[in-house]
Amino acid sequence: MTARRRLVPYGLLGPGAIWLALFFVVPMYFMGELALRTGTFTEGFQSGFEVSNFSDALSGNTTQFVRSFVYAGTATLIALLIAYPLAYAIALRAGRWKLLLLFAVVAPFFTTYLIRTIAWKTILADESPVVSVLQALQLVPEDGRVLATGGAVIAGLTYNFLPFMILPIYASLERMDTSLIEAGKDLYASATQTFLRVTLPITAPGIVAGILLTFIPAVGDYINAEILGGTGTSMIGNVIQSLYLEQRNYPEAAALSFMMMVAILGVVLIYLRLAGTGAFMGDEEERG
Amino acid sequence: MSAAESGSSNGNPTVELRDVSKRFGDFTAVDDLSLAIGEGEFFTLLGPSGCGKTTTLRMVAGFEEATEGQVLIDGADVVGLPPYKRPTNTVFQSYALFPHLSVADNVAFGLRRKKVDKKEADRRVGEELERVGLAREANRRPSQLSGGMQQRVALARALVNFPKVLLLDEPLGALDLKLRKGLQVQLKGIQRDVGITFVYVTHDQEEALTMSDRIAVMNQGRIEQVADPEDVYDKPASSFVAGFIGVSNLMPGTVKTGGQAGEIELDSGVTVKAPTDGLSAGERCQAVVRPEKLSIGEGGRGHPSVEGLVESSLYLGTSTQLIVKLPDEVRMTVLVPNADEAERQQLPGGGAKVKLSWAPDHMHLVRESREHSTDDKEDAT
Repeated sequence: MTARRRLVPYGLLGPGAIWLALFFVVPMYFMGELALRTGTFTEGFQSGFEVSNFSDALSGNTTQFVRSFVYAGTATLIALLIAYPLAYAIALRAGRWKLLLLFAVVAPFFTTYLIRTIAWKTILADESPVVSVLQALQLVPEDGRVLATGGAVIAGLTYNFLPFMILPIYASLERMDTSLIEAGKDLYASATQTFLRVTLPITAPGIVAGILLTFIPAVGDYINAEILGGTGTSMIGNVIQSLYLEQRNYPEAAALSFMMMVAILGVVLIYLRLAGTGAFMGDEEERG
Repeated sequence: MSAAESGSSNGNPTVELRDVSKRFGDFTAVDDLSLAIGEGEFFTLLGPSGCGKTTTLRMVAGFEEATEGQVLIDGADVVGLPPYKRPTNTVFQSYALFPHLSVADNVAFGLRRKKVDKKEADRRVGEELERVGLAREANRRPSQLSGGMQQRVALARALVNFPKVLLLDEPLGALDLKLRKGLQVQLKGIQRDVGITFVYVTHDQEEALTMSDRIAVMNQGRIEQVADPEDVYDKPASSFVAGFIGVSNLMPGTVKTGGQAGEIELDSGVTVKAPTDGLSAGERCQAVVRPEKLSIGEGGRGHPSVEGLVESSLYLGTSTQLIVKLPDEVRMTVLVPNADEAERQQLPGGGAKVKLSWAPDHMHLVRESREHSTDDKEDAT
């Protein structure tokens, strides 16, 4: 009986562990193995230990590498600035409209990602009303365009991943005891101070989750750059796609994917470490 | 210690409500209420859920604005002032401790917002944690503390600011009975110690009787009676108060002759001499006799008595509780102290015919209230 009880946690971990092994560890192994192969597509790839695949893959692509992080970072920041007020309004102010508004947040998912992005191509097209307004507001030069610029790619990324930012922040706001806000105001904190010292730190886990859920897929994305971008806006996803599907250079594509993953992991770990200590948001000023 | 900061020197009541009403849409939560609470008073708003007591408290704190009327703190009208500009602090029912801050940082929150000098703030935080007996828990997170400890942190966090008025919204409501009793005594002791005016909201009549200097019994947004605990218990102003405080022992009757030397005829046919202040002949009213003041049997000379059937008998340890059914479905609760085992054995059991008697001055007459909504008095708000 006790022995069986001791096995229960492992039993519960089982399905997840098997899933992780089958769909993460095994593909990782094959990708790593592929990244080290030699040869060409026509003659076939032989297994080997071709470390230069990594440096070859990176050379000439560092710009795209950096650009991916800059675009994804910018899109994540804009998404956060849009998502937090929206989530706050839905969670604490919407009243009986709450469900409808939440539905509106999720509604775009009823159309496929690709179609939505192509729709943005129309929205940002040169003669579109949106661009005319931006030109009238002098945000875009008279003869300038929006489509095929970095701005268009960032806009697309922001739009496509916004729900992933809204939902976790909404969940953390919804769960918060609203009497905490009253307690803040009762203890001489103005509305702004209460937000900065109470609401924001308490909902920090939702913000952290939202940032991860937005940033990680955005870095590796290639659809937005492909459809909304132009020359000089391609991201690392586009490079990998081209290496794999056009140049048929599987080993280098795999090597680049591998490095991309390590880089994302590194950024995420540093970020989580900082977020965990409350360096961004959180603890009361004087600590000691 | 805080007389200079918490006291009112101008002779005004510390908290005053003048003809205050609060409406939410069609619903009137507080209906033309006026109150004056003195300096250093432990004042309790008591009533069933939905009677408007919490709304009243929230209007003093500034979380709700009165639809009509004036709210004055220390003589100054505070209507329109946000909570952070009012000299009040609140102990919330859910405690509302900041989960991301340590106990000490929670307590220091208000002082830091008020930009109190750091040294001074640290000293006051230390003192306050000492007072509530949590000095050793200063660096822990609220979630690591028990409910009773969290409650004391909430109290310290409010008191450390030396408010003119401390508002407490059912602060013991979430705790178990035994802890509640202990904290009642502690809370009353702290109040005496700091001398700050406490406005305390509760639906627990025993809690109100134990701690308060004065009690306002509320029903349907109005005040039924404001009096000290003894008067609220012994001389309830209405059948609602009589029913809400203590066990409802109400015998309906009609006033025969009014005035100080009046008489009332109970529906059971007995006529009793009783002062009938404010009631006129022919008026319907209810006679209240508290359970511990009823005795089984004929009673002394001049003691009125009524006859009924014992419906149930319950052993409660220190006393035995009898429910006696009078004619017309009137039920009376009688508490007989278990002082003598032989005497207890002789108490009538279920189904027995008994006489209940009482001393005439233990009977108090009350007017009928607008509504007898006493059933839900155990509900938490």
